[in-house]
Amino acid sequence: MSSKTKPRIGVFKFASCDGCQLSLLDAEDHLLAVADAIEIAYFPEASRTMSKGPYDIALVEGSITTHHDAHRIQEIRRQSKKLVTIGACATSGGIQALRNWRDVDEFIRFVYASPKFISTLKLSTPIAEHVPVDFELRGCPINQYQLVELIAATVAGRRPNIPTYSVCMECKSRETVCVAIARRIACLGPVTQAGCGAICPAFDRGCFGCYGPMDSANTASISEQFRVLGQTDPQIARAFRGFNAWAWQFRKASEECDHT
Amino acid sequence: MADTIRVRIVADQIGQLIRSLAHRDYAIFGPAVKDGAIVYDRIEEIGDLPRGLTDHQEAGRYSLVPRQDQALFGYVLGPQSWKKYFHPARVKLFDARNDDGVFQILPNTASPARPVALLGVRACELAAIAMQDRVLQNGPYADRIYAARRAGAFLVAVQCTQSAPTCFCHSMGTGPAVAAGTADITLTEMDVASDHWFLAEAGTDRGAEVLSELSFAPATDTQCRAADEAVALARTGQRRHLDTAGLRDLLIENFEHPRWDEVARRCLVCANCTMVCPTCFCTDIEDASDVSGTHAERWRRWDSCFTTSFSYIHGGSVRTSPKARYRQWITHKLATWIDQFGTPGCVGCGRCITWCPAGIDITEEAQALRGTVNHGNTES
Repeated sequence: MSSKTKPRIGVFKFASCDGCQLSLLDAEDHLLAVADAIEIAYFPEASRTMSKGPYDIALVEGSITTHHDAHRIQEIRRQSKKLVTIGACATSGGIQALRNWRDVDEFIRFVYASPKFISTLKLSTPIAEHVPVDFELRGCPINQYQLVELIAATVAGRRPNIPTYSVCMECKSRETVCVAIARRIACLGPVTQAGCGAICPAFDRGCFGCYGPMDSANTASISEQFRVLGQTDPQIARAFRGFNAWAWQFRKASEECDHT
Repeated sequence: MADTIRVRIVADQIGQLIRSLAHRDYAIFGPAVKDGAIVYDRIEEIGDLPRGLTDHQEAGRYSLVPRQDQALFGYVLGPQSWKKYFHPARVKLFDARNDDGVFQILPNTASPARPVALLGVRACELAAIAMQDRVLQNGPYADRIYAARRAGAFLVAVQCTQSAPTCFCHSMGTGPAVAAGTADITLTEMDVASDHWFLAEAGTDRGAEVLSELSFAPATDTQCRAADEAVALARTGQRRHLDTAGLRDLLIENFEHPRWDEVARRCLVCANCTMVCPTCFCTDIEDASDVSGTHAERWRRWDSCFTTSFSYIHGGSVRTSPKARYRQWITHKLATWIDQFGTPGCVGCGRCITWCPAGIDITEEAQALRGTVNHGNTES
């Protein structure tokens, strides 16, 4: 493949921990093949080369939390044929969206010695609230195999194999015994999208919901099951307020249990 | 098969049974403890079996608890069914290569697996295997993957002498007694607290051959009667029932019914019921290609009518609401399956009840449809 036909990829960071970008770097087995098939035009975390747009694919990590970023994402969208968000921050606002339920100015006063230098928005919001997004890759962090699959599919012009069903399907596929039923552990698996490979239940933990709500999440029913397991409403609200707290299904479910 | 004879073997002879099967080069699978449940796994010796354990099951609940005795098959059913051996959750169909623009499908070099021997198959599970046989290999379009794995499988059934509260095999006519000739060997575990023996019966010639390698004594009439009574007790102890009279028409005539909204409020559409169901057979096909575009793979994996993508056709999914998906599942399982294959697709094992995180009960849902409709002679 000549360099002219190689898709140009840009990787952009907003409010995030960089873990999803690291997943791209961690994809060692595939990285050489990826590097050969695409041109990494802009990836400050990995390379000093920072080529200007336009880009064929923009991979966007992080949520929008400042005025500056709200403008920057508009420019990236203009420069990109396909815009793909990677990770829970970019897709649902991330863990930093917990501030959306509180007074940000108060946080600033408590945390920073000189609050006057801080300029921030009241809400942490997903990229899709600001610009049209072509694909949202879920997870905190994203799964490197899903990322490679997404890039391979985009390059080949086919639909990526990124299922939107529940984590339960992955537990059953890897033969993990259901922790909710056999161990009475509160587990968000039935309402959470697959993609991680159902890691936590394989280690006797309930699903934390890192991949956000599955396509038909019945959060009211899972809240009811949590109550049967002895969870209080504040506990249930906290369970939904993880990395995908601001995803509307989890947000609604947590607010139904939040009596503060 | 000549006359069936029933013999008495002491419990330790199960070890010899495992050795005899291993000697015949079967890959032996049976019950074993893992993650707080009884699953099916490789069995190499009698010590691998879940001695002295039983399961407590209710809708949405399962726990493993010690028994007062040394029973080897003293549980009822775990979360997995044997379908994972014949109809695996994921299987690669082929690799393909792009040789300078020429698309080439490579021969599938996966070596055929050794024939399996399944140890501890319950009557309902034998019925489920027979159902999958009918669907996947006995029809006009046999699935070669299933047929290759199913070929030569040696089945050792163990009859139930207790039922879980979730069992309703008697309603479905599949158990708890094992029908003659449906397994190679049928065992009934007896007197677990005292002299611990098994009543053994060959259902096929090769079953008789394996049985002849064990130390046995002819079973007395009293012993045979005791075993039959123990199995009968499992039947009479069943608490759950599914009224099968007019079942097909009940579902078909209640396409619209307020109960569907009610169950949809609870249903998580997580697909657990279909994953644990021993007869559910639906799959999806996934194509994958690498970034360089030189290598591609086609995989088949279990799918479920509870996923949105399952009913995806051009333009979108047909069954977008959880209500439509639950209705599809139970209507296929209990009604349209009859049109397709002659029997309902449910064997009454109760796994979908136990392993539903919301505790939805197929027998209760079917009954609820009856309760509010005027349905001929089934009206009580």
